[in-house]
Amino acid sequence: MIKGNFIDNLPKVYGIYTGGFLAFIIIMSIAEQMGMTAKTIGICFVAFTVAIYAIIGYLSRTAQADAYYVAGRQVPTVFNGMATAADWMSGASFVAMAGGIYFKGYGYMALLVGWTGGYVLVASLLAPYLRKFGCYTVPDFIGTRYGGNLSRFMAVVVLTVASFTYVTAQINATGTIASVALDIPFQYAVYVGLISILLCSMLGGMRGVTWTQVAQYIVLIIAYLLPVFWISNKMGAGFFPHFMLADEVSRIAELEAQFGFVKNSAENLKEVPKGLAGITKAHSAVNATPWAFISLALAMMMGTASLPHVMMRYFTTPSVKAARKSVGWSLFFIFLLYSSAPMLATLSKLSLIDPSLPTGIIGKSIAEVQSIDWYQNWNQANLMFVSDFNGNGTLELNEFFMGGKAVVLATPEIAGLPYVISGLVAAGGMAAAMSTADGLILAIANAISHDVYYKIIDPKAETAKRLVVARVLLVVIGFAGATIAALEIQGILGSVIWAFDFAMSGLFFPLVLGVWWKRANKEGAIAGMFLGLVSGAAYLVWVRTGGSGFLGITQLTFGIFGSAVSLVAMVVVSLMTQAPNAATQKMVDEVRVPAGKSILGKQH
Amino acid sequence: MSKQEQHWEKSKGLLIMTLAIWFVFSIGIFLFGAEMNEVTGPFGYPLTYWFTCQGSLGIFVILIFWFANRQEKIDEEFGFSERGDD
Repeated sequence: MIKGNFIDNLPKVYGIYTGGFLAFIIIMSIAEQMGMTAKTIGICFVAFTVAIYAIIGYLSRTAQADAYYVAGRQVPTVFNGMATAADWMSGASFVAMAGGIYFKGYGYMALLVGWTGGYVLVASLLAPYLRKFGCYTVPDFIGTRYGGNLSRFMAVVVLTVASFTYVTAQINATGTIASVALDIPFQYAVYVGLISILLCSMLGGMRGVTWTQVAQYIVLIIAYLLPVFWISNKMGAGFFPHFMLADEVSRIAELEAQFGFVKNSAENLKEVPKGLAGITKAHSAVNATPWAFISLALAMMMGTASLPHVMMRYFTTPSVKAARKSVGWSLFFIFLLYSSAPMLATLSKLSLIDPSLPTGIIGKSIAEVQSIDWYQNWNQANLMFVSDFNGNGTLELNEFFMGGKAVVLATPEIAGLPYVISGLVAAGGMAAAMSTADGLILAIANAISHDVYYKIIDPKAETAKRLVVARVLLVVIGFAGATIAALEIQGILGSVIWAFDFAMSGLFFPLVLGVWWKRANKEGAIAGMFLGLVSGAAYLVWVRTGGSGFLGITQLTFGIFGSAVSLVAMVVVSLMTQAPNAATQKMVDEVRVPAGKSILGKQH
Repeated sequence: MSKQEQHWEKSKGLLIMTLAIWFVFSIGIFLFGAEMNEVTGPFGYPLTYWFTCQGSLGIFVILIFWFANRQEKIDEEFGFSERGDD
C-alpha cells in the first residue's frame, strides 16, 4: 500500500490515519446506540489514541544524533506546522481557554492575541536565523554565538525554569483527563499520563515527537471543531458558527443588561466550591483598560518568541525558507482552534442563560435545575453549583457557578450531543496535553544532555552514550514533573502564563540581539540572561507576597519588567566590554543569509 | 556597499514593515478598544470583539506568509537563496 520514502508518503499516511480515526468515532457512536456505557466509551477513546501514539513513537526509534535531536531536519513545512500547533496548544488551550473567555471576556482575549501575535516575532526575528545556524537546542545557539560555557549554561538554566514551570501543568492535565476517562485516582492517573508521554518520545526523540504530534494535532482539532459545529447547528445558531454568531453575541449582551451583574456578598460566596466562578463580566464589551490588555498581550507575544520548545520545532525543517513558511502554517493550524474557542464560549453561555432556549436554566426554579441529569453529573464532578442566595426560589444569573473546564467538557452534554462526543473531547484534551508535555520534556532533556553533558562535561562522548544520557534525563525530568504535578499546587493556567514570563525575562533579548545586533557579546548576554531572570522572579515573589507592583505590571506580566532589565543590562554590559571578535562577527553575517552551510555541522 | 550589506539593509526594511503591521494589530488598535467596539465589524460582531476573536489572529497568519514570500524574493534577488526545493 505504501511504497518508497516515508517522508514522500506523509500525506497518504496521515490521510489514512485521519480516515481511520473518523471511522473509529463512527464505530463508537454505533456502539453507543447499541448500549455501550459512557465509561467504556471514554476508556476506548483514550486507550485507542494513546496506543496509536505509542506505536508511532516505537516506529520512529532512532540511534542517530541528528534524528534524535532535530528529526533529521527533513520535516516538510505543513507537517511541521501541525506538529508545532500540537506542541503549542496545551491542555490549557484545549480545556481552559473557552472557559477563560466565557468568564472574563475581553480581558482574557489578550491571551488569544498574544499567543498568536508572538508567531510574527518568531517568523521575522528568530526562527529562520536559528535554523540557518544549525543548532540542536536553543542554548546551543546562545553558547556558540556568544561563546563560553557560562553563557551556554545560563541559557540552560532559563530554559529549564520556564519549561519546567510549564510541564508540571501539562502532566497535571494529562492526569486529570486520564483520571476522569479511566476512572482511577488522580495520584495514579498522573503516572499513567506520564508513561503515555514518555512512550512517544523515549525511543525516537524529536523524530518520535514530531510524528506523534502530527497525529495528536489531527485528533485534537477534530475533537475541538466537531462539537462546536454540531452544537451551533443543533441550536440553530448557524451552520458555520465563526461567521454567524453575531445575533447570539448581541443576545447575550441583551440578557446581561436584563439580568444585571449582581454582586454576591462574601458570606454567600463562601458556600461556593473552590475553583468555580459565576458570570460577572460582559461577554463582548470592552471590560479591561487598554494597558491591562496590551501588557498581557505583549508579555505573551515576547514569551512565545522565547519558549525553547516552540523554537526547536523550526530546527527540524529542511531549509531556512521552509522554516519561515512553517511558522505561517503553525499559526494557521493554531488559528483554527483559537478562533473557535470564543464561538464555543458564546454558544455555551447562551445555551445556559437564555430562558427562551430549552437548555437555559436561568429563571427556572432552583429545584427544577437541581433535578436535571447533566446538572447532577457536573455538580458531582465539582464543576457546577447553584444556590438560592436571595431565597426567591428562582435561579438568578449571580446564583449559578461553573468551573472553567466545564465550558469545553460539559457543553456537548448540555446541548444534548451523544456521549461519544464527550469521549472524543477527552481524547482531544489528552492529545493536547501530551503533545505539549512531550515537547517540553524533550526541550529540557535535550538541553541538559546536549549542552551540559556533551558540550561542557564530556565533549568526547560517543553518540550512543549521548543518546543514553538523553533518554535517562527524559525519564528523570518526566518523573520529577509528575511528582510535582501530583502535589497539585498550582492551577493549570496560572503556571502556563508564568512560563512565558520566565522565558521572555531571560531569553528574549539574548536571542534577538544575537542575530540583530553584532555588537552584543558574551558578557552582555550573560548579564542579560542572569539579571533578566532574577529580576523577573524577584518581581513575581514581591507581588505574590503582597507587594503593590508598579506600572500596572501584575504577576501575570512580570516578564515585561524582567525583559526590560535584561535589555538594559545586555546593552550596557556589552558596550562596556570588548566587541565580539572578527570570527564571531563573521558568523553573525553568515547567519543572516540563507544560502551556504550552516554554522554548526550536521553532526555536532 | 557589498552585496551582503545591501541584502541586510533590504531585510531590515522588510522587518520594520512587518513589525509595524504587527504592532498596529496586536497593540495599536487596542488603545482604542472601547471606542472601536461601538462600531459594527465584519459579520455583525462588535468591531473590537471581532478583532480579538478572528481579525488580529487572521491578519497575523496572512502577515507571516506575506513576510516569508517577500524575504524569499529578497534572498533570490541577491542570489542568497538556498538550492533545492521544498
